[in-house]
Amino acid sequence: MDPLDLDRMSVRDVNRSLRELRAGDEVTVLNPMGRHNLAVGLDNDVTVRIAGPAGYYVGGLGKRATVVVDGPAGWGVGENLMSGLVRVRGNASQSAAASAHGGTIVVDGDASLRAAISLKGATVAIAGDVGAYCGFLAQAGTVLIGGDAGPHLGDSLYEAVIYVAGRVRGLGTDARIEELTETDVKTVTDLVDRYGFDHVDPRNVTRVASARQLYHFDTHAHDAY
Amino acid sequence: MSENYTFNPDVLGEIRERARLGRYPIRGMGARRAVPNFDDLLLLTASASRYPLEGYRERCATRTVLGERNAREPVVLDIPITIAGMSFGSLSAQAKEALGRAASEVGTSTTTGDGGMTPEERRSSKTLVYQCLPSRYGFNPDDLRAADAVEIVLGQGAKPGGGGMLLGQKVGARVAAMRTLPEGVDQRSASRHPDWTGPDDLRIKIEELREATDWRVPIYVKVGATRTFHDVRLAVAAGADVVVVDGMQGGTGATQDAFIEHTGIPTLAAVRQAADALAGNDHVKLIASGGIRSGADVAKALALGADAVSLGVGALIALGCNDTEYDGPDGTRGDARPGYAALGMAPGSCVACHTGGCPVGVATQDPALSTRLDPVEGGRRVANYLRALAMETTMLARACGKADVHHLEPEDLVALTVEAAAMARVPLAGTDWIPGREGR
Repeated sequence: MDPLDLDRMSVRDVNRSLRELRAGDEVTVLNPMGRHNLAVGLDNDVTVRIAGPAGYYVGGLGKRATVVVDGPAGWGVGENLMSGLVRVRGNASQSAAASAHGGTIVVDGDASLRAAISLKGATVAIAGDVGAYCGFLAQAGTVLIGGDAGPHLGDSLYEAVIYVAGRVRGLGTDARIEELTETDVKTVTDLVDRYGFDHVDPRNVTRVASARQLYHFDTHAHDAY
Repeated sequence: MSENYTFNPDVLGEIRERARLGRYPIRGMGARRAVPNFDDLLLLTASASRYPLEGYRERCATRTVLGERNAREPVVLDIPITIAGMSFGSLSAQAKEALGRAASEVGTSTTTGDGGMTPEERRSSKTLVYQCLPSRYGFNPDDLRAADAVEIVLGQGAKPGGGGMLLGQKVGARVAAMRTLPEGVDQRSASRHPDWTGPDDLRIKIEELREATDWRVPIYVKVGATRTFHDVRLAVAAGADVVVVDGMQGGTGATQDAFIEHTGIPTLAAVRQAADALAGNDHVKLIASGGIRSGADVAKALALGADAVSLGVGALIALGCNDTEYDGPDGTRGDARPGYAALGMAPGSCVACHTGGCPVGVATQDPALSTRLDPVEGGRRVANYLRALAMETTMLARACGKADVHHLEPEDLVALTVEAAAMARVPLAGTDWIPGREGR
């Protein structure tokens, strides 16, 4: 299919064209220039390549589609994703994969603050480092960090699990390091193989999960917050 | 000896409750303290200087259109009285269905809540507003596209600045699954959205939701009334089609008592501030909520500048909340009083929504208690209530000489108290004095 050129089309027209794609279609979006809300709300088995930097919420609210950003992405890449794949071939700004319910968000570079915040079941794979509060309030899903994790990792986690290949700068409230199981190794191995994270040794990652001490009101836990 | 004002029996009870619990008291409903409200205003109906419309013969329009600023399909309502966002989880599925039935019957909208959209409420609601809350529990693009409007919630009047709360006894299997939470957890929702901060980001978030819905439906922004003038201005700048302002009398299913009674500003004050903030933006509409009870309240809110109002607690009361009886089988009525007593409450003053033990089936997830509310009968009661409110509103508007309830204006109002006059910026009754106006 012919590329969609944002030098000639508005974001609204590009998104409308993307929504009209048929299953199996592949298309490139040219000259994104950091524009916001590209390829949001897709609901089909299509592949969209964003040829350059994308702004906020690229690939957000999507189902089934594959969205690849050839460059960095702004806030909330893949936010509220339900299924499919959003891949950033660069760094991602704040709140990557926020509240994503399903599918996979892959960042080949680093991710800024609050990656995987309020995660609700999606898989998040970040090749590089993440900033503070990664996995804040994450309810379900899997997060793999190929580099170092900033402070307050996994703060107020529910049932999501975080794996860190590098250094953990500090754990958040109610997060704890747990022993790695063979199931964990298999999960990480699958992600490493699938997304080419060759620098990650699946047997040498740190598993972070909830200590589940704050699931219920406890008057003596006040100092934890 | 006279009663101690500072440490009166109520205060002593509160201190003892904190001493017993070792934490703050949590409860449902809204502010119980007396604050300036719509009862402090009066409508100046017609006489010689104004010409009334015939109450039973001349038509008074109530049609209300929301969201024409950007949406291809604005929300069109038969009456300017809507049902506020209340969650499945906080309320039973029966209650949500009943509210949808009632709203549909009288041609108005109802609203989802924290936790997402249930099929029952979508089916029963002709016009359904879908909330986008900080928690994003159950938020998904299918429901987004199935909605007739989207409401981005920044806060609510009962707890502006605070997140939602649903205690473990109400987080049953269905609620937990919808919210992706462990069953029975004390759910404390986020107070900030996970993927944006500040009004510049909000503009982009609104555009995202418009793109995902192909600019079909209106986007509302709901704020808890605090710094109302500035918050409304920022919501408009961010692109909101409708701003919902929820005053401190607005209810909740559960939050800290200190939040309910000590934060925010009264609805009366908030409506006027919001209307001032919207001056010159006729295409952006205002919905006022928080303690609206009667058609008189509706008329006064519209006169102060609201385009519509939203009800929560009033609708729940009509549904059966705090009633002594509940819907029994085959049209019978059951005695709810033992249920209140078990909660340490009494019908008429019960605020135990947070416990999940609601004896009339409204604010519970208990399967046995939920069946105490018949969605059809409950819906009929709420529809009757909404219809009565609309009739009262048009009756008062006609008496003010208005052929459309939206023609009510501040000039139709006076205040009974100096405080209400200052907040609503209408004259004290019998004078032309508006406190604070032009240095007076």
